[in-house]
Amino acid sequence: MSADGLQREEAFAQALLDARAAVPTALAGRDGRSADRRFAVYRNNVYVSLINLLAGRLPATVKLVGEEFFRAMAREYVEQTLPRSAVLLQYGGDFADFVDAFPPASSVPYLAAVARLEMAWHRAYHAADAEPLTQEAFVALGPRVEELVLSFHPSASLVRSPYPVITIWEHTMRDDDDEPGQLPADGEDALVLRPALEVAVRRLPPGGAAFIEALMAGATMPAAAAAALEQTPEFDLSANLAGLMRSGALVGAH
Amino acid sequence: MTHHTKTLSGVAVAGAFAAALGLATTTAPAVAEDQEKCFGVAKAGANDCAAGAGTTCAGSSTVDYQGNAWKLVPKGTCTTMELPGGRKGSLTALDRDNPPA
Repeated sequence: MSADGLQREEAFAQALLDARAAVPTALAGRDGRSADRRFAVYRNNVYVSLINLLAGRLPATVKLVGEEFFRAMAREYVEQTLPRSAVLLQYGGDFADFVDAFPPASSVPYLAAVARLEMAWHRAYHAADAEPLTQEAFVALGPRVEELVLSFHPSASLVRSPYPVITIWEHTMRDDDDEPGQLPADGEDALVLRPALEVAVRRLPPGGAAFIEALMAGATMPAAAAAALEQTPEFDLSANLAGLMRSGALVGAH
Repeated sequence: MTHHTKTLSGVAVAGAFAAALGLATTTAPAVAEDQEKCFGVAKAGANDCAAGAGTTCAGSSTVDYQGNAWKLVPKGTCTTMELPGGRKGSLTALDRDNPPA
C-alpha cells in the first residue's frame, strides 16, 4: 500500500474509534454527499459488537446489575480498552479490574469478583487440553514428594474474593425464582479449570488458595504448605492435597 | 516467590501426601466420567455451549430446552431422558425451542 493509502487508513481507524473525532475527509457518501450518518452507524457497530461480546461472556454480571447498566459500563470500558488482537477470545481480560474501579458499580461490591469468575470460566473453556495426572502417577511420585515442583493444567486459575463469589454466581445463574437464600458470611476462593470437556468451579477449603497460588508459582509442597499455614492456621494439608488430586488440576511434576 | 523461614518437615508432608492418596481413591475421579453433548435439554442460561442465532456460548441460551444449545450429560443418557412436554434430548442440534433469529 502506498504511504498515502496507509495514512488514510490510519485516519479512518482513528476516527472510527474516537466518537468525538471528525469523519475522515476522504470519505463521501452516495452522490458525493456527506458520509456523517453512515460513518456513525459503522462506528456504533464497532462498539456494540464489543459490548455484545462482553455481555455474552458475563451473563451473571449482566443479570446482577441489569442489561442497561451493564451496557453503559461496558461502553466506557470499550472506549478505554480497544482490542489489541484481531482474535477476540482474550478481549476483556482486565474488565473485572475496570469494574472494581468503576465508581457507579461500587454499590455492588462483589460485582467485579463475579465478572472475574466468569472470565476465568471463559478462559478455562478455551484453554488447551491436557491430561490430568492419574492416581497411579501420584503413587509413583510419592517417594519424591518433598522436592516436586508441580505443573498445573493450562486451564487452571484461581479467583479469590472476600465475598462469597461462587454462591452469588450460582444463585444468579439459577433460573427458578428462589427466595434470596442464606449467603455464607465468609469470602470464597475458587479454582476454575476444565480437566476434560466441562469447566469446573471448585470451592477451595481454608488456605487452599494460598497453597495453590504458591504451587503455581513453582514452590515445592513443603514451602507451599508453610505459606498456606502462615495465612490460615487451620489449613489441612491432606484434605487440600486430596481435593487437588481429584480436581484434575495437576498435569505433571518434575 | 517469597522465602518462608519455616517449612514443614518432610515427614509431615509425606504423611499428608499418603493420606491424600487414600482420600482421593475413596471418591470416584470427577474427570474420568464419559460425557456426551446433548442438545435441547439445558434450562435457559444453563447450557455448556451453543451454536446458531441468538446465542454465543456457554450460559447464553435464552429459552428452556433450546434446541441448538447443548449440555454435557453422562454418556448414554441424552436421548433417553424425560423432559417436560414430551421433549427428548438429541445428539445433534434440534429445530425446536430456538429463540427468534
